[in-house]
Amino acid sequence: MISLNVNDQNFEIDADPDMPLLWAIRDLIGLTGTKFGCGVAQCGACVVHLNGEAVRSCVTKVSRAAGQNVLTIEGLSKNNDHPLQIAWNEENVPQCGYCHSGQIMSAAVLLREKPNPSDADIDMAMAGNICRCGTYPRIRKAIHMAAELSKKGGITK
Amino acid sequence: MSNDTLSRRNFLRTTGLGSAGLFLGLYLPDAARAMIMTEHEALAADVYTELTAWVLIEPTGKVTLMCHRAEMGQGVYHSIAQIIAEELEVDLASVDIKFAQGNEKKYGSQLTGGSSTIRGSYKNSLKLSASARVVLTMAAAARWAVPIAECYAESGHVIHKPTGKKFHFGELVVEAAKLKAPENIALKPRSAYKLIGKPLHRKDTPMKTNGSAIFGLDKRIPGMVFAAVERNPRLRGKIKSFDDSATRKIPGVTNVIKIAMGVYEMDREGVAVVATSTWAALQGKKALKIEWDDTGFEHVNSLEIFSKQRELLKTEEGRILTTQGDPNGVITQSKDLLDVVYETPYQSHCAMEPLNCIAHHRGDTVEIWGPVQAPNWIQDYISKKMGIAFEKVIVNMTFLGGGFGRKALTDYPHEALVISKAIGLPVQVVWTREDDATQGPFRPGISYRCQGVIDGNKNISAIKFRMAGQNNDHFRSGDNGKANRSTSEGWLKPYFESIKNISFADVTFKTPIPTIFWRSVYASTNGFAYESFVNELAHKSGKDPLEFRREHLKEERTQKLLDKVAEVSGWKNKGKGFGMAVTECFGTTVAQVVKVSKSKGGKLKIDQVWAVVDCGWYVNPDIIHAQVEGAIVMGLGAATIHEITFKDGLVEQHNFYDYKMPRITDIPPIEVHIMENNEDAGGIGEPGLPPFAPALTDAIFDLTGKRIRKLPFDMASI
Repeated sequence: MISLNVNDQNFEIDADPDMPLLWAIRDLIGLTGTKFGCGVAQCGACVVHLNGEAVRSCVTKVSRAAGQNVLTIEGLSKNNDHPLQIAWNEENVPQCGYCHSGQIMSAAVLLREKPNPSDADIDMAMAGNICRCGTYPRIRKAIHMAAELSKKGGITK
Repeated sequence: MSNDTLSRRNFLRTTGLGSAGLFLGLYLPDAARAMIMTEHEALAADVYTELTAWVLIEPTGKVTLMCHRAEMGQGVYHSIAQIIAEELEVDLASVDIKFAQGNEKKYGSQLTGGSSTIRGSYKNSLKLSASARVVLTMAAAARWAVPIAECYAESGHVIHKPTGKKFHFGELVVEAAKLKAPENIALKPRSAYKLIGKPLHRKDTPMKTNGSAIFGLDKRIPGMVFAAVERNPRLRGKIKSFDDSATRKIPGVTNVIKIAMGVYEMDREGVAVVATSTWAALQGKKALKIEWDDTGFEHVNSLEIFSKQRELLKTEEGRILTTQGDPNGVITQSKDLLDVVYETPYQSHCAMEPLNCIAHHRGDTVEIWGPVQAPNWIQDYISKKMGIAFEKVIVNMTFLGGGFGRKALTDYPHEALVISKAIGLPVQVVWTREDDATQGPFRPGISYRCQGVIDGNKNISAIKFRMAGQNNDHFRSGDNGKANRSTSEGWLKPYFESIKNISFADVTFKTPIPTIFWRSVYASTNGFAYESFVNELAHKSGKDPLEFRREHLKEERTQKLLDKVAEVSGWKNKGKGFGMAVTECFGTTVAQVVKVSKSKGGKLKIDQVWAVVDCGWYVNPDIIHAQVEGAIVMGLGAATIHEITFKDGLVEQHNFYDYKMPRITDIPPIEVHIMENNEDAGGIGEPGLPPFAPALTDAIFDLTGKRIRKLPFDMASI
């Protein structure tokens, strides 16, 4: 059995230690907001936070997360009101929406590290996340808006 | 659920709105009885009354609107509701939206393709919703015993104006459903719209920012298992033998089955690994050792494909789709013919959500849950292929993590059903990214030979287009001996007025590679060839490409579009590095201007894209902006980054490391404008894509003098 803390909740799961964290979260814990896109750390649809750092859960073994804190999109805020979530809604960012759990989780680490990100900072932090619908111009806008919002309210995660 | 259970339920579906029964979505009594009632519908029927096929009202006044088409990013989940809410007079914020099951009798075609959802249904939808509002109003007036004219509907209520008395819709709906709406109900003029035409926030956005939107891969059915399939990598080969001993040792693997799924006319063979988790299934798939029999069909190579196409275009006249005047005569006599070939590659759709589907084969009934674009096609295909009565094929749509045409094919639901039938359990089949990228069907790669002559007035006197590329229809319905009906897709009709001699022909070209529509279909490649050619002819005649188009596209609506794109892009005072193109597909015309420059280091860069869209009547301008932005990004990838190539019958790309996608670092600023007019609605999911590549390559020509006739090309190499 492997112990995981996901979104402040403890889980004991019976998983092959080599199973990627992605599939443990989706199939064993039942949180499906974290997405499978490529399986080889190329697209960023599976980004979660492991002890506060953005990781590609599709290539992170579940054993590496044992006993540690995992944060998924479902735990980013209680009421869909993280500044990024508010900004994503205000700017109408998602189209199909499939990649945006990963986009938002990547952006959340960026904003924590750089509360006032430049376009170059956004490029650097977000270049690992693919959006096939091409919502990139709005992702950029929404990150800037979220930075403004969080100056007012602060970011907790 | 037994029939007995069903019959006990007080099912309130009524004929309602009888006089308007010609409209889709209104039931005739017999049709209603004949219609299959699924568990989902039967359970819900206790609590709501269905006023039209799209409008369900509960006694509490709660309104649920149905989305009968696939939501794959293009926004119809929201925009169908935005239309209905306008004439029904309900608050969009307070309604729920649900996906309808596959039911063509009730909703008409549910094929989500050809940018058809809004343009194909908005008039009917407005009328139906207005009729629903009127019968609710009639029911209230009858109950108050007051004239109907004294009552009006607003925010889900009917209000008696003189007294201010009101009923919510839930209090009226059972009576309203029995009433007959008058014919010819006046619809609101556009000026009176409260919702339509406004950039409202999409109702599916909140659930796409907190992980709660359920895509196909997220759907869970009690008792379901998971499967992954190793399919023939040359697409048409057979299984000679396979060794599953390593697979069966993987904990969680429960079954290994040889299967075949129907891809058009063929059965693609594969080995399915069924397991208790996705990961176990994927590992089991990896551990399979399969020996394929790849004899009996051509193993294609991309280089040969395109050189064969060029060879054919040297001599073959092809099947004529349309012709006027005598292009051959003018071309033969010309001493100054422009005669060039353009080439566009095969492409994979690579939606972010890899293909997947849940299926449960229950014997005489089958049920499917998944990201599907064409529920009715699945019903039709499964019913024929597996011998199940059409109405016993139940198809449930989830959100789609992108579709772009690929998810209209019936192969992956069929495959899931084949596996479910073999194991007797509901199963979710998960495709890997590699499966998704390498198995196709693909957008066909096409070569175009374009010949044109400029007359003494420096205008086009003759143009002759021939394309050599696979015809998607040959897979879907066989070769009928006619030209590909999409040979001129993307080309603006007003050109036929100004160019006296013109022809479009399709030089038949076949390979064993299955192909299918890809966002904007043939316009996505035709647009590059034909509009690049118009640009080349403009340069040949010494005219400005935009002015050249003004002279060849005399129709008023197109002239206005050209005025607008000139205005927003500052075309009149432009410097170097500007290119433009204009295409029409699915009822919408889009003009684009691209501006490029070179940095001091010599690196080519796209500075800006301007797009002007004429889609006539529209619902939500922000969704239009988003679709055109996205289409430009997708067009950018297909023009400058990725292509599918074949070597010895195998696809050479596998995942996003070798089938690269545009990323946030590749995206120029994009400005979108919408033309305001009262024309009929056009489509919006696709038409923004085709003009990008020809506008970009002409901008590069304008800056560097280098003409690009083959896609994709590497911006860094210019």
